[in-house]
Amino acid sequence: MNKIFLIIQREYLSRVRKRSFILTTFLVPLFFIGMYAGVFFLTKKSFEDTFAHVYVIDQEGSIISQLVSNKNITYEQATGSLDKEKESLQKREKNSYLLIIPSDFYSSKDIEILSAGKPNISTQSEIKNQLAELIRNQAYERLGLNAESIREIDDKINISAKEISETGEAKESHTEIAMGISMALAVLIYLSLFLYGAQVMRGIIEEKVSRIVEVIISSVKPFQLMMGKILGIGLVGLTQFLLWITLTLVLTTAATTFLVDQQEITSQLAQNSQSLGDETIKASTSDINPTKFLESIEITKLLVCFFIFFLGGYFLYSALFAAVGSAVDSETEASQFTMPITMPLLLAYILSFGVLVNDPHGAVATWLSFIPLTSPIAMLVRIPFGVPTWQIVISVVLLIAGFLLTTWAASRIYRVGILMYGKKASLKELIKWFKYKN
Amino acid sequence: MLDIRNISKQYGQYYALNDVSLHIPRGSIFGLLGPNGAGKTSLIRIINQITAPDTGVIYLGGEPLRSNHIENIGYLPEERGLYKKMKIGEQMLYLAQLKGLRKQDALQKIKAWFIKLQIESWWDKKIEDLSKGMQQKVQFIATVIHEPELIILDEPFSGFDPVNAQIIQEEILELNKKGATIIYSTHRMESVETLCDHIALLNKSKKILDGSVREIKNAYKSQSYKIKLAQVDKSSSPILTNSKFDISSFTNFTDDYELIIKLKEDSTLNQALLEIIPQAKITHVSEIIPSMHDIFIEKVTQIKNEKN
Repeated sequence: MNKIFLIIQREYLSRVRKRSFILTTFLVPLFFIGMYAGVFFLTKKSFEDTFAHVYVIDQEGSIISQLVSNKNITYEQATGSLDKEKESLQKREKNSYLLIIPSDFYSSKDIEILSAGKPNISTQSEIKNQLAELIRNQAYERLGLNAESIREIDDKINISAKEISETGEAKESHTEIAMGISMALAVLIYLSLFLYGAQVMRGIIEEKVSRIVEVIISSVKPFQLMMGKILGIGLVGLTQFLLWITLTLVLTTAATTFLVDQQEITSQLAQNSQSLGDETIKASTSDINPTKFLESIEITKLLVCFFIFFLGGYFLYSALFAAVGSAVDSETEASQFTMPITMPLLLAYILSFGVLVNDPHGAVATWLSFIPLTSPIAMLVRIPFGVPTWQIVISVVLLIAGFLLTTWAASRIYRVGILMYGKKASLKELIKWFKYKN
Repeated sequence: MLDIRNISKQYGQYYALNDVSLHIPRGSIFGLLGPNGAGKTSLIRIINQITAPDTGVIYLGGEPLRSNHIENIGYLPEERGLYKKMKIGEQMLYLAQLKGLRKQDALQKIKAWFIKLQIESWWDKKIEDLSKGMQQKVQFIATVIHEPELIILDEPFSGFDPVNAQIIQEEILELNKKGATIIYSTHRMESVETLCDHIALLNKSKKILDGSVREIKNAYKSQSYKIKLAQVDKSSSPILTNSKFDISSFTNFTDDYELIIKLKEDSTLNQALLEIIPQAKITHVSEIIPSMHDIFIEKVTQIKNEKN
């Protein structure tokens, strides 16, 4: 037993000390922070860029007083004649517009916007919306309707989808965010199972090619060597995830505390969507409360499930990768075997962008989240949509059974494979190895 | 030291070992001989508990083989290697600890060996930075670092340059003097005669011969002698009168003649020489001792003939 710890220790330390491990561990969170900061600064910059000065030549007369300036736009009465204003538009500050409202505005509904550069779409729609409002109000008045009461009849529908939990309490349901989180988890699990499983395979091929394997297994059982490697690399994976989570949290907190005011971001993001002038977006963004959502999907439950399914999936697939690694003499030779064993994973991954998120409680999704080869991805994709606990338990139990079975089968191939040098392994050969007595 | 009783190992329909029994005396240098594919490596892997026999038992020092016995065995496999990217010192420490040594003891022993083979400066080097000969020195240390009672060397000199082979051979002899039993497996049969005191011959998964080198050679003596002659009467050559021996060959060199004779049954060398003396001047007589290779060929042919 002591010896398996020695193996785990070597596998772990030799990887954690590598420059590439340290680099990826620190660069990935920095990359995320960088993206976060990038989005923030770009958003901020775009606000500055789109802030518009609109000089109005109001030939109708009553319009200018009804236009309302806000954070994105200011309206100013143009003082000069039309020609003069056109001329001076070039010399005015960035994002200056000349808005010409004709005297027959209410009947013709024509306006003219002049600008030095290319006109900004959100500024245009802002102006358009305000003017449309004026036309509507004027029409209500003409028809003898009360504009105020009309406005009370709200044509927007706010959907507040709630799901009934097992305890019967209604929870807010946010399909869009659940989808986003699901897809992110699918990508993360898929990549990491591949990444660490392939590391196990590569480690075994390295031991086989460098011929140290026979020296080692004259000291420990082949099974100990295989498990030591799987566990050691699994710990590397866990370390990396924990460091990523911690570093990302620390850096984001630091960045938000020291660099920006949280309120400002929220208000600016909200304004950004408003400035697009699209009412549906306005409705949906203002409705979503991120903290409320995270509460509704229980972030701790999600994290715990992530680690359980990552580890379960990792053990299962790395055992398969180990069997492949032991059977071949080079990585190029390995591809003919890695293809079939990773097919279920690939299938679950692809489906996670279709069937799984569209119908997370349907038959296909439910079955896929029970089958051990696909459950690490399928179940995690479903969890943000709310999965009954009994289903998660069944899935975990099947996953554990699955990896015990694959580990056992893989170790039978492994013990023979690592000592077969320069022999081309076929599936038939592998089955023969599996049947050998000890 | 090691008692191998009726070991058989089958891979599918193919027999790797077929009812092999061997006794390896304590303190011996035991040559395990046979052509490639005879079953040597299969037997060694069973002794090292890398694989288990289908039938048969192995006793080490009187006890049936147990898993902690591997701490008493040092094994240099034919297919050998080390972690290329790992520092040599750390690697040795790892291998020594896997053999059950405690960290402190392991460190001490590794340092002693490094000083002995004058490679102290290599501790932080990586294997990939060493020449092949140097790697093999390191590999040899890894095999014997835990001072095993039984050292198993599978083709230990393949790939060694003559200088390093000599160094390693001396180290092997020294370890043997200190009490270690050594199993030396090779397909190059001529190389064992200087080193081994006992041998076993394997062929096609079966043991065909074993015993002490001296006994085997005596048993396989062909009663042949090489006799050098000067001043043979040219007209009467070769020697005509030979009632006590048969002439296997007679070669005429510029200065002298070489005669190979085989004694007839119940004749002695003295009687043969007495016959030759009147006919020629004898300058040299030596017994022709069969090489292991010859013995192997003879034994294999003999078995074949028995079957037919």
